[in-house]
Amino acid sequence: MKLLLLATLNGITLAALYFIVASGFTLIFGMMRVVNLAHGSLYLIGAYLGHDVAALSGSFPLALAGGALGAALVGMAIHYFLLDRYQGDDLRQALITIGLSIIAADLLLARYGGLSYQFELPEMFYGSMPMPIVSGYPIFRIVLIGLAIAVYLGLWLLVQRTRFGIMIRAGVDDRHMLGALGVNVPLISTLVFGLGAALVGFAGVVGSASLSIAPGEDARYLLSSLVVVIVGGMGSLPGAAIGALLIGLAEQIGLAYFPTYSIILSFVIMVAVLAWRPYGLMGRPA
Amino acid sequence: MSPWIGRALLASALLVYPHLASDFWIVSVGAYAMVLGIIALSLTFLTAYGGMISMAQMATAGAAGYALAIFSAHSASAGMALLPWPWAVGVAIAVGTLTGILIGIVAVRSHGIYMLMSTLAVAMIMFYLAQQNTTILHGFDGFSGVAVPRLGGVSLRGPLPFYYLCLAAAALLYALVIYLVRVPFGLVIQGIRDDPLRMASLGYRVWLHQVMAFAVAGFIAAVGGVLSLWYHGGISPGSIGITATVNVLIVAVIGGLGHPRGAFIGALVFVLIQNFAVDLVGSDRYNTLIGFVFLVIVIASPDGLTGLWRRLRGTRKDSLDGGVVTQKL
Repeated sequence: MKLLLLATLNGITLAALYFIVASGFTLIFGMMRVVNLAHGSLYLIGAYLGHDVAALSGSFPLALAGGALGAALVGMAIHYFLLDRYQGDDLRQALITIGLSIIAADLLLARYGGLSYQFELPEMFYGSMPMPIVSGYPIFRIVLIGLAIAVYLGLWLLVQRTRFGIMIRAGVDDRHMLGALGVNVPLISTLVFGLGAALVGFAGVVGSASLSIAPGEDARYLLSSLVVVIVGGMGSLPGAAIGALLIGLAEQIGLAYFPTYSIILSFVIMVAVLAWRPYGLMGRPA
Repeated sequence: MSPWIGRALLASALLVYPHLASDFWIVSVGAYAMVLGIIALSLTFLTAYGGMISMAQMATAGAAGYALAIFSAHSASAGMALLPWPWAVGVAIAVGTLTGILIGIVAVRSHGIYMLMSTLAVAMIMFYLAQQNTTILHGFDGFSGVAVPRLGGVSLRGPLPFYYLCLAAAALLYALVIYLVRVPFGLVIQGIRDDPLRMASLGYRVWLHQVMAFAVAGFIAAVGGVLSLWYHGGISPGSIGITATVNVLIVAVIGGLGHPRGAFIGALVFVLIQNFAVDLVGSDRYNTLIGFVFLVIVIASPDGLTGLWRRLRGTRKDSLDGGVVTQKL
């Protein structure tokens, strides 16, 4: 019972992190049909930049801002210089982001080495919150769940209740018509790409503060984003939340009960969803 | 000039080559390029004729490699093999083909960029499975010191025998692909690539043919996996990790996804870059160079070097060729 509860709590925490990462991925896909396979690299860039900022300034909020901003700038540059001109050629865009992810992984390895880094968290996040049965749960993980909920609400408000959000949704449905109405679609696209990159950079700082930063994490978060959006449905925000919950819980419960085969559980979920709804639980044909 | 003269020249060059070159050029360049080329061929077959892209070909090759390693003598088995080597190779190729079929069943639920995503996810799940499974797959360490069989008193490990083994396998598999795309099965596959709806209306079972294409690709990749295991003398999760997975794509894209010969041209270029990047960018940064070359190819010539060559010569594309596959996917 204690094991199950602990695995569930850890699963929800992991789901919170996966959701923030995947929300950026799904936002970018929803607006531009770009499958950004450099998403994991942006996670790692955000994490390392956040670590540098924290080491220089000693401030965790500044580290969060630095990681998000740095990843956003890199993301916008990628979109502006390399992806926008191939709008509609989705395979080529995916290949370009793969090439970028190889280069980024290698350059980050050159700059930061193969060691793993740990974050110094602010005092208030240390310690644990009293809980029944499991006796205590780290406060930072609770904060992480709160952050994911805040990201969900923030994105929902942005997409549903602002003028910018109206443009994004219009762009999803008919890019050319939106352009004909006088909206600068390439600019909106670059901004959306930047927002998606900022989210994953932010997740990089948060994730490496609760876990650690090391080479190879880029692949891990790319995989989680892929599986989450395949399960939840590409381009859907509620889908990303549902997918993240399913995959986060499956991973942690699997690790607790059958550690040498736990990844199979994620695989089974993915296959079951593909068999039942090829576009994901909340997805619709493009 | 008749194309047969060119082919005869190429064949004799490949046969004579190991007698003129050093062991490094025979094994680390020649044989390895063919091993990599075979695995990339399985991807090129799917893209050029099936219009399907699979990121799971290295994982499929790895499944065959792991199967062979389990049944062979290796450093943790005290010199004992579970099966005689011809049987073990048979099991490995069967496992690889079956893996191809299973991945195909999952993959053909989606198409285009979605298929790339789902096969990439499957490939990475297989990598993490190999890494976390300590009971059968030996976790992080994998298998090392795998015995390479002897055939009629000759160790297949020697540079010359291994080179000719790889050459024979590559030539036979290449011929298999060229044969398959001319028989009815291959024509149906290409019909599905061009218009799945019409093929379905004509009464063909689209998904079954696509899964069969994945089975063929799985078989090709499995042969590559067996040779790769012997080349490296072992296998570990890193052999099917994200870098290895993406390398197969890089090889196929550099050579060109539109024709099976692209797989081998790409493999040769890739292996040369890998070996000589040290002189260009230092010993550690060759991945940056490879990523950069890949980017330039994707941007400048999405159908790779074979496509570039074809456009420079201005020849019409072969009616059986995939052409610019990237537009089809």
